[in-house]
Amino acid sequence: MLEFITRLFGREGGSKNVAKERLRLVLVHDRASISPQLLETLKAELIKVISNYMEIDESALEVNLDSQGSTVALVANIPVKGMKRAAGV
Amino acid sequence: MGEVFVVTSGKGGVGKTTTTANIGAGLAAMGYKVVLVDADIGLRNLDVVLGLENRIVYDLVDVTAGNCRLRQALIKDKKLEGLHLLPAAQTKDKTAVNPQQMRDLCEELKKEFDYVVIDCPAGIEQGFRNAIAGAEKAIVITNPEVSAVRDADRIIGLLEAAELRDPKLIINRIRPKMVRQGDMMSIDDIIDILAIDLLGVIPEDELIVVTTNRGEAVVMDQSSRSGQAYRNISRRIQGEDVPIMNLEEDGGFFNKIRKMIGLK
Repeated sequence: MLEFITRLFGREGGSKNVAKERLRLVLVHDRASISPQLLETLKAELIKVISNYMEIDESALEVNLDSQGSTVALVANIPVKGMKRAAGV
Repeated sequence: MGEVFVVTSGKGGVGKTTTTANIGAGLAAMGYKVVLVDADIGLRNLDVVLGLENRIVYDLVDVTAGNCRLRQALIKDKKLEGLHLLPAAQTKDKTAVNPQQMRDLCEELKKEFDYVVIDCPAGIEQGFRNAIAGAEKAIVITNPEVSAVRDADRIIGLLEAAELRDPKLIINRIRPKMVRQGDMMSIDDIIDILAIDLLGVIPEDELIVVTTNRGEAVVMDQSSRSGQAYRNISRRIQGEDVPIMNLEEDGGFFNKIRKMIGLK
C-alpha cells in the first residue's frame, strides 16, 4: 500500500532516472576523449614523477585512455630500465 | 574597470539571448552601467529581444573593421538608463571578427562599463572562440534535458581549456511539477552531473514568451517568478548572497498532501 502511494505521488521511477543514467554513460565517453595535447602534458608529468623513483624508457612510454562499456581506464605501459637506490625507502 | 562575462551553452535554444538580456536589464535596474554584446554574427537576435531593432546604425563588425567609432555603434535602451547594446552584424559571418579583435573590444568596453555581457552563439566553432576570447568569467546555461546537459558539459571542458575557470551554471526552463513527478532532472541531479557552482534557476514561464514578443525584459516584471529568478541572478553577480528560490511554493493540492504525509 505504501509502495502504491509512493508511486502515486511520484517519488521513484519516472523518466528522470533514465535521463540521468544515459547522461552519465554518454559523459563518461565524451570526457574520455581528451585532446592529444592534454595526453602529451600528462605523459610529460608522469615521466617527471616516476623518474624520481626509477629509471624509465621515455621513448617507449605509452599512455592511453581505454573505454569499455561504462568504464574508462587510463592505461600506461612504462618500461622500467632500472631502480634508483634512493627509492628504497 | 568593469567585468566581462560570456553567456554560453553549446546547444542552441536553451535561453542564452533571453538570459543575456535579462541579466543586463537586471544589473542596469540596480544602477550599474551595462553593455550587452551580441557576438552571434550573422544571426543577430539580442536587438529584437531587447526591442531595439529599429535603432541599429552600426554594428560590432563596423567597430572592429574601423568603419565607425565604438560610441557610434552603442545603442541606449529605451527604458533603462544604464543599459546599452552593441549589436551583431547581420550580413557578415563569424569569420568577420577574430579573437584578438574581440579581446581589444572588451578591453575598451571595460573602461566605460561596470559589466560587459557577451551573448555567445550556439556551437563550439569560431563564433564561440570569438565570444569567449575577451571574457573573464563564464556563465553556462542549460535546460533539464539530456542534450542540453551533455552540451553544457562539453562547453565547460572547452572553457576550462581556454583558461576560463569556474564557470557558473544557470538552469533554465525547469518545471517544478515534472521534477516532483520524477519526470525531469532536478537542480541537484544536474549539479551532480556537471559539478560546477549554481548561479541560478529559472522556472519555465509563459510570460517570457509574452515579454519577448513585446521586446521587454521579464526581469522588470515584479510579480513573475521568472522575473524574480533573474533579479536574484543579477544580485548574485554583483556579489550578494541570495538563496536559490523555492520552486515548490505554489505546489497545489497534491503537493500539500505530499507535504502532509511527509513525502517531500
